[in-house]
Amino acid sequence: MSANRFNGFTDYGIGIGLRAPHYDHILTRKPVVDWFEIISENFVIDGGRPLHILDQILEQYKVVQHGVSMYFGSAEKLNREHLRRLKELVQRTKTPWLSDHLCWGSVDGRYTHDLLPMPYTFEAARITAQKVREVQDFLEIPIAVENVSSYAEYHDSEMTEWEFLNEVVERADCGILLDVNNIYVSSQNHNFNPFDYVNSVPAERVAQIHIAGHSKYRKYILDTHDHPVIDPVWKLYERAIQRAGHTATLLEWDDSIPSFQEVHDEALKANKFLRATALAEAV
Amino acid sequence: MKLMQLQRTMARAVMQPLTASERMQRRAPDGGPMKRYASRFIKPNDRLTSFERLEIYNRQYWFRVLSALGEDFPGLRAVLGQRRFDAMSKAYLIANPSRSFTLRNLGARVESWLRKNPTWARPNQDLALDIARLEWSDIEAFDGKAEPPLRPEDLANAAGPRLKLVLQPYVRLLSFRYPVDDLLLEVRKEDDDTDFASNAFTERKKRKRVRAVAKLKPAQIFLAVHRIDYSVYFRRLDQEEFSILTALRRGKTLSAAVESAFRKSSVAPEERPLKVQTWFQAWSTLGWFCRPEKKRAAG
Repeated sequence: MSANRFNGFTDYGIGIGLRAPHYDHILTRKPVVDWFEIISENFVIDGGRPLHILDQILEQYKVVQHGVSMYFGSAEKLNREHLRRLKELVQRTKTPWLSDHLCWGSVDGRYTHDLLPMPYTFEAARITAQKVREVQDFLEIPIAVENVSSYAEYHDSEMTEWEFLNEVVERADCGILLDVNNIYVSSQNHNFNPFDYVNSVPAERVAQIHIAGHSKYRKYILDTHDHPVIDPVWKLYERAIQRAGHTATLLEWDDSIPSFQEVHDEALKANKFLRATALAEAV
Repeated sequence: MKLMQLQRTMARAVMQPLTASERMQRRAPDGGPMKRYASRFIKPNDRLTSFERLEIYNRQYWFRVLSALGEDFPGLRAVLGQRRFDAMSKAYLIANPSRSFTLRNLGARVESWLRKNPTWARPNQDLALDIARLEWSDIEAFDGKAEPPLRPEDLANAAGPRLKLVLQPYVRLLSFRYPVDDLLLEVRKEDDDTDFASNAFTERKKRKRVRAVAKLKPAQIFLAVHRIDYSVYFRRLDQEEFSILTALRRGKTLSAAVESAFRKSSVAPEERPLKVQTWFQAWSTLGWFCRPEKKRAAG
């Protein structure tokens, strides 16, 4: 099930986010890594070192683009300049699919640079799905939308978050980047059972899975990507791959970034679950 | 609430400045109490009120944008001092919220805004404007476009009085009233020593910076901000050198650029040919010229 039309029928394994502190290690030691995920916005530039590094990485590794500011859920129109530049980057990286978040973050041309939660309404689902379709048509590659961590809910919501996700992806006919850490964080912040979420996602649309660590505060959890993955998140991951199969998996580590080896080792822990699932399927 | 209205309502609160103690303001953007404003659209839960949930986003917004600006302008922070820089950043971001999909462009208007709002830069306004301009040029030079470099054969048929040379887009030419290149390099050198961030060390660093800024005397300099092997460098230029390059960038022919550069120059006429030759050699070695567009299209 893992290679599907939402990830360009690829069968990627376990990847990690490409981050500046690891550039030197990757380029000099050339470690074996299934694939790297890049933050698109870091490379939609005209030239210089970031693109030079990216080109060197592309010579040896598979790269998938992940965005942070498309804001599919913003009520305003898409930013055409952003799209045009993304398309140039897509042509450079040959990413088989592109992901960004199911959230909003800009209004009236002003950007918050945050992943703000959606109100789970039918109007929002319609607007969001329309924009996902527009991006998909323009970029001419499959799009996967990622569920975000959230710290607030709206009175206006008419459905659960997973019902909203399903509504959007069905209307847009797009893929899902299932972030099991974000599901866990939101479940703790909003008192729901995270397995209800994982069990409700249309497994055939899961293009990729994100795993990550987070920070626990007294009254809420923040999605900080600065710790190893905790056991409850691995359990969600296990359930997700039981449903979706051997899916391209990526560990995000964006703050207090440890050595390359430490990050990669943490990501490779996913193998244990992937092997167990494969075995269970074979029996 | 319609989606657009909800997003406008939330964005106004999220982008409203924090209090001095970095908390969400008690007063909402509409003038009423923020508690009431937040409860209109955010649900409370068993641990957090609507106000507290909205506050998480309000704080995240300001921490993110202030930190991004601080990273891009360490030199300006050294000139203004930490407290004044923080206040200036807040005022700048209120007046210039991000209008770009990338945080890279957040500081694009710092210099022009400081020029229109001089109170934030006093008493070192000229110095503050100079360093802000240098730091923004540094960002532009870092990821600016590089065109294919000029080859000897590109010049073969073009030499003569009408010859026009095109500068690489990433090369920035700047004149300053203060030697801000030295100051910025010093500030960066200190910032690199983050491994020893004890209180005593930080205090010493602060005092050293204050001294570095205080001892900086006005002195006009001409600078090229450019790249070698993808790293940004500052290169001091003679005034005439700067004039030639600036004229070339404006599309003047080489002969017109050279002629105008030396019009009021104190360089003796017999020394000029050698100077120009030396400069050209350096610019070519540094790869500052690119192929004219027609040549590039032809391959």
